[in-house]
Amino acid sequence: MAMGRATRMLIGLMVALLLAPFIGNDYLVSVLILCLFNAYLAQAWNIMMGFAGQLSLGHALYVGLGAYAGGALFFHYGTPPWIGMIVGAAIAALVGGVIGFLGFRFGVKGVYFALLTIAFAEFTRILFDHFTWVGGSSGLYLPVVRADHDNLLLLRGRPAMFYYVILGLSAAVFLICHRILGSRLGYYWRAIREDQDAAQALGIDTFKAKMAAVMLSAALTAVGGVFYAFYTNTLYAESAFAMHRSIELILGAIIGGMGTLFGPILGAFLLTLLGELLTRLAENFGHGFEGVKQIGYGLILLVIIALRREGVWPRLAKRLGLDGEKAS
Amino acid sequence: MSALLAVDGISKSFRGLKAASAVSFELDAGAILGLIGPNGAGKTTVFNMIAGVFPPDEGRVRMDGRDITGKRPDQICRAGIGRTFQIVKPFGGLTVRENVIVGALASCKTVADAEREADRVLDLLGLADKARQPAHALTLPDRKCLEVARALATRPKLLLLDEVMAGLRPTETDRMVAIFRQLNRESGLTILLIEHVMRAVMALAQRIVVLNTGEVIATGTPEEIAADQKVRDCYLGEEAA
Amino acid sequence: MSPEFILGIAIAGTLTGAVYGLMALGLSAIFGVMRVVNFAHGEMMVGGMYIAYLLYKTMGLDPIMMLPVAALGLFVVGYLLQRYLVNYFIEVPEHVQFLLLLAVAMVFTNAFLMIFGPDARGVQLPYAFDSYNVGPLVIDKVRLIAAVIAVLIAALLGLFFAKTRTGKAIRACADNLTGAQVVGLDVKHLYAVTFGLGAACVGAGGALMLLLVDVHPHLTTDYTLLGFIIVIIGGLGSLPGALLGGVLIGLSEAFAGFFLAASMKSMFAFGLLILVLLFRPNGLLGRGA
Ligand SMILES: Nc1ncnc2c1ncn2[C@@H]1O[C@H](COP(=O)(O)OP(=O)(O)O)[C@@H](O)[C@H]1O
Ligand SMILES: [Mg+2]
Repeated sequence: MAMGRATRMLIGLMVALLLAPFIGNDYLVSVLILCLFNAYLAQAWNIMMGFAGQLSLGHALYVGLGAYAGGALFFHYGTPPWIGMIVGAAIAALVGGVIGFLGFRFGVKGVYFALLTIAFAEFTRILFDHFTWVGGSSGLYLPVVRADHDNLLLLRGRPAMFYYVILGLSAAVFLICHRILGSRLGYYWRAIREDQDAAQALGIDTFKAKMAAVMLSAALTAVGGVFYAFYTNTLYAESAFAMHRSIELILGAIIGGMGTLFGPILGAFLLTLLGELLTRLAENFGHGFEGVKQIGYGLILLVIIALRREGVWPRLAKRLGLDGEKAS
Repeated sequence: MSALLAVDGISKSFRGLKAASAVSFELDAGAILGLIGPNGAGKTTVFNMIAGVFPPDEGRVRMDGRDITGKRPDQICRAGIGRTFQIVKPFGGLTVRENVIVGALASCKTVADAEREADRVLDLLGLADKARQPAHALTLPDRKCLEVARALATRPKLLLLDEVMAGLRPTETDRMVAIFRQLNRESGLTILLIEHVMRAVMALAQRIVVLNTGEVIATGTPEEIAADQKVRDCYLGEEAA
Repeated sequence: MSPEFILGIAIAGTLTGAVYGLMALGLSAIFGVMRVVNFAHGEMMVGGMYIAYLLYKTMGLDPIMMLPVAALGLFVVGYLLQRYLVNYFIEVPEHVQFLLLLAVAMVFTNAFLMIFGPDARGVQLPYAFDSYNVGPLVIDKVRLIAAVIAVLIAALLGLFFAKTRTGKAIRACADNLTGAQVVGLDVKHLYAVTFGLGAACVGAGGALMLLLVDVHPHLTTDYTLLGFIIVIIGGLGSLPGALLGGVLIGLSEAFAGFFLAASMKSMFAFGLLILVLLFRPNGLLGRGA
């Protein structure tokens, strides 16, 4: 069977990513982990907004829920994170389901829906800040073991192990998105995104389809949250559920191209690398320019919104001769 | 045999303004019924009540003997009623083919089947050569055509057409008329059609219902309607003026 | 707990709420006319606070005296922002507008962070601890002044929209854009004036707020969200609604701060927002759904 150009390039990319830890140093690995983590989250968010057209500006909620579910289970009972991921995903899907149910049933639309997602995220942030079982405002610290020994079951070990875990998760979420986009549900989502009334007139149960988008997006995001907890070992509600995390999380998808499969990955890589570069530069100029990275993000977002609203990927895909294969 | 669609005294008010009052008509399987009336007469409102966009304030709608009053649009679509929108609503970011596939998914078990069905409908309506274009790039006549294609792909028993020929050139109108006539004759498709283009209504409809300010003022064959004094006064007179 | 004590909290909450109301007024006016949701609202508020702070720091001027300067500064910022950026995005889908202003907000917040650093800064006024005794009640002088000025400015804005030529023209744009264009109104300019005025209200609100709290860059998001909560509770686009929403939030914060941990007070606000979004999407004063 002839392999499509897109498939060949994808395999090439995957091989390069698989080899990266052997070639690069620890710093490169840590940056790549960040890139992949952001790509993972952007892709999960993209399901809800990019595919189904439902704007969530509160996705940090699901990162936080996953992180705290996985983290607290491990902290209190030594539960492996892989089980934590299932629990976290279930909780997030449930919470996402509640938000979606309320929002869709009560006809909360557009910007109001986005504000509803923010309100829930902020509400939960303050709640967790006072939730002593998970450490409250003094934070939750996961026990760290010797760092020269990899324990994949408990996700305790060296950066390279985390790298392969997040690479695997990113690849998995990519494949899931790819499969769904070509399926019945994928068509339903995109129809709803473009025109909900027309979608409904064509027999689509829009409520169910949107619920599926919110719950899947929430669950996958929470799995990323568990990874975050085990990679950073430290959880503060202030930062896990932070509004600015919700914002940063969506930037990659917007810059790369909402609704596409490669856009969120490309955007997250570009953004993370740029952020890293700006941080380095600011450090070289001395006195901790905390805001430089964020200003860079803001300006890039501004430029993209103003000049290339569909994101950078669609154009690039055309250049690479992949536009026939880019899904949507 | 009882009627395929029975509209029984449906009414709707918007903020005190009666857009439709006690509208009743029946439509037998295989028939083509025209719904005409001046602008603002309440035709689209009647459509929206049948299609489930909003429930009627009073009255019932039955399809195939089943009460479908107050059901959601997607449920009504699955009950066998396909509709077009007067103000077209293409899925702008999807290709023409994908637009029709979405419709076809309502009638097909798998995505592959839906793709085949979409291609068939695109062929039928002469949109095949534009299949890969994004829908937002279509001209208005093509968008109207796409509305019809999408609705047809759901394989409805009853097709509701809301002014699909407005803005079409006469040759395009004739082609549409021919297509609907063929669908009606060959697959027994029942059609309820709102139309301003009188030529199309007269050519297609076996019976016509005339609405004015929300009320049915006449029902009959095209010839009877053309001869009806009340209709001439309120509607045809307006056209001549 | 004595009734005087509770009444005292209620008065303090109402007075603070009036300043919140002034801030939200700007957001509401911008939405009411252009249907633009200004995600950079808290940034403008904090901008007003920093202007007042700088003038205080460099020239030792009282923030109340500096309120016109803060308002004027923000008017210019708002006018330019609308004239040369947002005007080009009036027709785009609302989530795009949302993201655009989010980008502006990110730049502002972090510019503040770079210029002023993360520390909280405040003013020390000679009359900071003065108060009036009304029977058994004690009313803070600063709070009272701030609230009175806030209500005055709100009234001025209402008068502007009701009585002046420009105000009427802006209302015409809001009611019927095509009509306004047909009769030859300079819509772009009027939009920019509206955004400028909205921003000026926020700037003034910021100067007043500096009397009550210290300023630091991370207040921006808090105020943006607070602004949304208030206008949605009052009804987006409704000017009296913004004041009412401000007072309600001021009250709920004051009471929550006393009866619960102070850090939990905004949980109430978010809970209220959720309920209003679900049950009164047009706000308490808005027309029914
Ligand atoms: N969703 C709606 N909300 C308020 N008024 C409506 C709505 N739909 C239709 N109307 C009003 O109902 C009347 C009938 O409109 P419509 O059914 O569209 O007429 P027609 O299709 O015959 O031209 C008009 O006065 C129109 O303004
Ligand atoms: Mg109509």
